[in-house]
Amino acid sequence: MSAYPIRCTFNGIEQAIEIDPDQRAIDLLRDTLHMTGVKEGCGIGVCGLCTVLVDGEPLSSCLLLAVFLDGTDVVTIEGLAGTKGELTALQEAFITEGGFQCGICTPGQLLAATALLAVNRRPTREQAKEWMMGNLCRCTGYAGILDAIMVAAEAGDA
Amino acid sequence: MLVSGGIAFTLMARVGLIDPKHVIALRSIPEIHSIHETADGIWIGAHATHRAVSESQIVQTLHPVISAAFGAIGTIRIRAQGTIGGNLAYADPAQDPPPALTVSSATVHIVGPSGRRRDVPIERFFLDYYTADIEPDEIIIGLSVPAPTQPTVSTYRRFNPRTVDDFPTVSVAAAARLQPGTGTVEDIKIALGGVGPTPLRARSVEEAFVGIVPTFDAIETVSALVADDIAPFDDARGSASFKHAIAVVWVGRALRDLTAIQSS
Repeated sequence: MSAYPIRCTFNGIEQAIEIDPDQRAIDLLRDTLHMTGVKEGCGIGVCGLCTVLVDGEPLSSCLLLAVFLDGTDVVTIEGLAGTKGELTALQEAFITEGGFQCGICTPGQLLAATALLAVNRRPTREQAKEWMMGNLCRCTGYAGILDAIMVAAEAGDA
Repeated sequence: MLVSGGIAFTLMARVGLIDPKHVIALRSIPEIHSIHETADGIWIGAHATHRAVSESQIVQTLHPVISAAFGAIGTIRIRAQGTIGGNLAYADPAQDPPPALTVSSATVHIVGPSGRRRDVPIERFFLDYYTADIEPDEIIIGLSVPAPTQPTVSTYRRFNPRTVDDFPTVSVAAAARLQPGTGTVEDIKIALGGVGPTPLRARSVEEAFVGIVPTFDAIETVSALVADDIAPFDDARGSASFKHAIAVVWVGRALRDLTAIQSS
């Protein structure tokens, strides 16, 4: 496989990496960069487990060619909390409101919710539901996730 | 092979449906991203994402049916990555955009080698399942959509199955001009997705609906005529007979949307 150089910022750190042009972003993130918080669920972009933020937009890393990350700012769950581990208001709310059980969908849920609050600081519950509909959860029944988003929005600092 | 958003590309490559030797990404071509107003209407660059199209103020103002259809696609992640050009080239008969683009009389603009340009009305663009009027050495650069010359009402409706893929079983886009005084239909276009190898116009319904005063019973009667216009197939999203039944009901709902809008 020929190596293809790209430059990206991953969780705030600028990196020059050589990738395989056949790689998907999820493979680059998990296998090369060891960001195993990015999970593979369906592999076809519908479940949301592989959600990452690319220039602030939530995308399915299983549907992205790794080369498409060139020149972008990528945030995974590993980069959400502060450098000393300070949790965001959303992360705190997920804990207090029961937004997770097994945790496998949680990285994607948190990243999608972070993107929501960045574009709409005070969503209604309906707006939050619409935005989050592509992040599936088999455990919680979604109420705890939505409660957490509404609590974090109220706190005003996601 | 040319790649736009890359969603269909990645999915097909993963299962071995395509195996290109060379892949060229179109995203760094600056001219194909813009959505802007023109003298006649709207220009939508081929690399505009579904999200950009659906959230565009100019699209929402002039053709809300297009905004609604693009906003109905998949999830926020699909809408952030997928593009209108990729959607057109992929030509899946169940996709959301084509019926809305059809009732809006969009034209697809294509560039070939040596800058040769072709302009294809959307109703001639889709030829068959996953087959569109575009050659391997051509690039879709954008679509133009004419601004409505008179006030129109429009709607987009889709039936959502319980399958995993977020595609509709059947979708209906409709746009009409209603006579201000009586509310009779002066002109109407109705297009359906998921009911044949390409998006299909419901011409039997259109012809029957023009010139009548829309009542609940009249709408019931004309909706049933859609059966003559469609040729659905069995798939995971529904049997052919199920799709026939849903198409009738969903056309009826779309027609009631149009007339309810008029009277409010």
